[in-house]
Amino acid sequence: MIVNLGYTALLLALICSLYSIISARVYINNNKIQWVDSSRNAVLAVWFLLTLACLILVYLLTNEHFEIEYVASVSSRAMPWYLKATALWGGQAGSLLFWSWLMSSYTGIMMLRDWSNERDLQPYVITASMLTLAFFVSLNVFVENPFNVLWIDSFGNITSSMMRPDANLMFTPNDGAGLNPLLRHPGMIIHPPMLYLGFVGFVIPYSFAIGALAVGRTDGVWIRATRRWTLIAWLFLSLGLLLGGRWAYDVLGWGGYWGWDPVEIAAFMPWLTGTAFLHSVIIQEKHGMFKRWNMILIILTYALVIFGTFLTRSGVLSSVHAFAQSSIGPLFFIFITVTFTISLLLLFRGWESLASSKTLTSWLSREGMFLLNNLLFMGILVACFWGVIYPLISEIITGQKVTVGPPFYERTTGPQFAALLLLMGIVPLVAWRITTVNRIGHLIWKPTMISLLIPIISIISGIFNFAALLSLWLASLVFCVTIYEFYRGSIARSKSSGNSFFISLWQLISRNRRRYGGYIVHLGIVFMAVGIIGVEMFQTETQGTLAIEERMSLEDYSLVYKDLTEYPENDGRFVTKATLDVYKNNKLIGELEPRRDYYNISQQRMTIPDVYSTLEGDLYVLLIDWKPVGPQQATFKVYLNPLINWIWIGGFLFILGTLVATWPDQRDRHIITNNKSILQPF
Amino acid sequence: MTLYKEPTTQSNRQRNKFLLGGFLIISAIIYLIASTTQNTSKYYYTVDELVVEQTAAIGENVRISGAVIGDSISYDADNLTLDFTVAHVPGDSDEIVAKGGLARVLHEAIANPNQARLRISYQGPMPDLLRDEAQAIMDGHLNEDNIFVADTLLLKCPTKYEDELPNQTNN
Repeated sequence: MIVNLGYTALLLALICSLYSIISARVYINNNKIQWVDSSRNAVLAVWFLLTLACLILVYLLTNEHFEIEYVASVSSRAMPWYLKATALWGGQAGSLLFWSWLMSSYTGIMMLRDWSNERDLQPYVITASMLTLAFFVSLNVFVENPFNVLWIDSFGNITSSMMRPDANLMFTPNDGAGLNPLLRHPGMIIHPPMLYLGFVGFVIPYSFAIGALAVGRTDGVWIRATRRWTLIAWLFLSLGLLLGGRWAYDVLGWGGYWGWDPVEIAAFMPWLTGTAFLHSVIIQEKHGMFKRWNMILIILTYALVIFGTFLTRSGVLSSVHAFAQSSIGPLFFIFITVTFTISLLLLFRGWESLASSKTLTSWLSREGMFLLNNLLFMGILVACFWGVIYPLISEIITGQKVTVGPPFYERTTGPQFAALLLLMGIVPLVAWRITTVNRIGHLIWKPTMISLLIPIISIISGIFNFAALLSLWLASLVFCVTIYEFYRGSIARSKSSGNSFFISLWQLISRNRRRYGGYIVHLGIVFMAVGIIGVEMFQTETQGTLAIEERMSLEDYSLVYKDLTEYPENDGRFVTKATLDVYKNNKLIGELEPRRDYYNISQQRMTIPDVYSTLEGDLYVLLIDWKPVGPQQATFKVYLNPLINWIWIGGFLFILGTLVATWPDQRDRHIITNNKSILQPF
Repeated sequence: MTLYKEPTTQSNRQRNKFLLGGFLIISAIIYLIASTTQNTSKYYYTVDELVVEQTAAIGENVRISGAVIGDSISYDADNLTLDFTVAHVPGDSDEIVAKGGLARVLHEAIANPNQARLRISYQGPMPDLLRDEAQAIMDGHLNEDNIFVADTLLLKCPTKYEDELPNQTNN
């Protein structure tokens, strides 16, 4: 039976993972190249086997094999084919398998690179990454088997297992439970894969770091080898976080995009250390400093990736993201403890050899500011981590659970984010080694004067909130300094080459992709900050019950209730839809149709907002309730979210900047074409 | 353990200034986190602790969780006022697992009339996930009439993301 093939593929994948670790060990002992080649082939075989397992599960999902427990729990007949296929990551067992498959894809691609310069690292890189992969595959093999079949005995008890229990028959439900309607959104379909790609991507730089520690190579070879991997992992993680926010805004119906929920923070924490790492490695590459910091940051990022997966998959914390409770929690805990301890032992063993060749003596240098940047990211991380584990710790110590909520995170991270913005504004103008306040002042006064325009305009337009003015000023400072940097560089280039300004700007960016890609990311952050300030500090709301043709107003907008329609949709929904005319300053500008979907099978309501969206802000309207008979009345909740679209625009710039930084340099391409061995992996 | 190499003597003073700066920054961050923890933390009680043992004072900000009783939900759409009753569920996750998982614990909490119960009042749109046997997690305070006035309301339906076993529709 095809399920047995799927399970066998899983089992073989586990055996191959373990074999790759053993043969890597043999290579370390006898240094015979065929052993490391054999190990590499085993890594590739794992990818092939996991691909097979995933394809089989997708086949079972799309062909409605409800006798499989997993298929019955996450898909149903009424779902379209693409939702059935993507239900691969709709539940616990499947998403663990998908996690493993993505990770095996990374390790597989990594094995195809040219290793001649890092041959000594290779067996350790294989060991660290395949140990992680073997752990996840063994969860599927032993605990959360996606290929379990449903069985029924003569008393009608239903069980699930791989093998048929005695006196049982196979049980095939008529239909599956189906994916939760809340998750049937394009953002939700691609949000988990993006997060997973981000999560597992960090395993690669971590494995290289462990390799470098194990063989005692303290040069930056592991950082140069994994620079692009780190950026790609970071890109996906950022994209995953953004899509999650967008989904919440579109679907959850409270006008918010981020709720400081433990599960959100679990994905945010590796992003924080990963971001610090991305900045910090620049210093090691350029000046041979921060070697210990970089090791600490990548080890922490890896640990937080596993910790984040643990939090979301074990149900230890109370969260709105209600994942299935599972027995895999303790296994995760052991795995994190073991890998973290081994990493730290390796780090302490190599501690002395990781000393910098240069000393840091002043905060007023680019190195000093990068260190400050590291400290602030760690500060935000500590605040987040503390907030997540505080309930557990307080319960252990006092026996009483004490929790912190969004106000805690806002107040602890807010000032630190503001300080990071300030750094982002100053650092591009700070020289290496040492500088003086005068010199920075000389460079920064022009952009500072221009940036003051924004808070001045804000005060004139009636905003007196100090926190808002300060953060708006910081955002505009970063904007002005960053644009100034692009301008300065292009003018200098244009003068020396005689090319036009725009050609010079293009050359400036394409010849220093990482630096200017990074600045584009900074601009993205500025726009996001503006959007966040707008929504968090200036959101207004109102509510009202309207009869047909009645009007309600919020700021410059007003809404007139026109109609209510109710109809069944052929995908199992019953839809109630209100129609409203939208006026701005008494001019008709459009129509909104907020609605309520009711899913008959799962008895699940879903309130779908409708939004009138402009760069100034969103008019976000929810249909709360209605009276279908008699005098037609309906109740609406209306939010005005100022500037919110700048979050998504900023997010777009952010991703664009990361792509610019990730894109291969011309210099790299040169190396690749000269180095044909990369094309001959076998 | 130092993060940096031993300094030369002439840079010693500069280095001390540098370390002092770092020390001040780290202290400021720790102070910020510690003081905010004190000011914003809330006790997380179960309905039992709140109703039977009366652990929280009236008006004190706390967090509670309970099982939503579907029949008790009433919504006044004109004023966006939501009222419902929750039944006690254990707060400890190990205890929930030992009793057969969240779905079963919620189901049994509602079926058992002897379980402590608490009336909740909340202002705002009715959450889509509010239904029978959902777990409600609320921040708010108890008023003089022993009604819990919730400022925030989060809901969690254990059967939503993944069903334990599908409904038996066919033999």
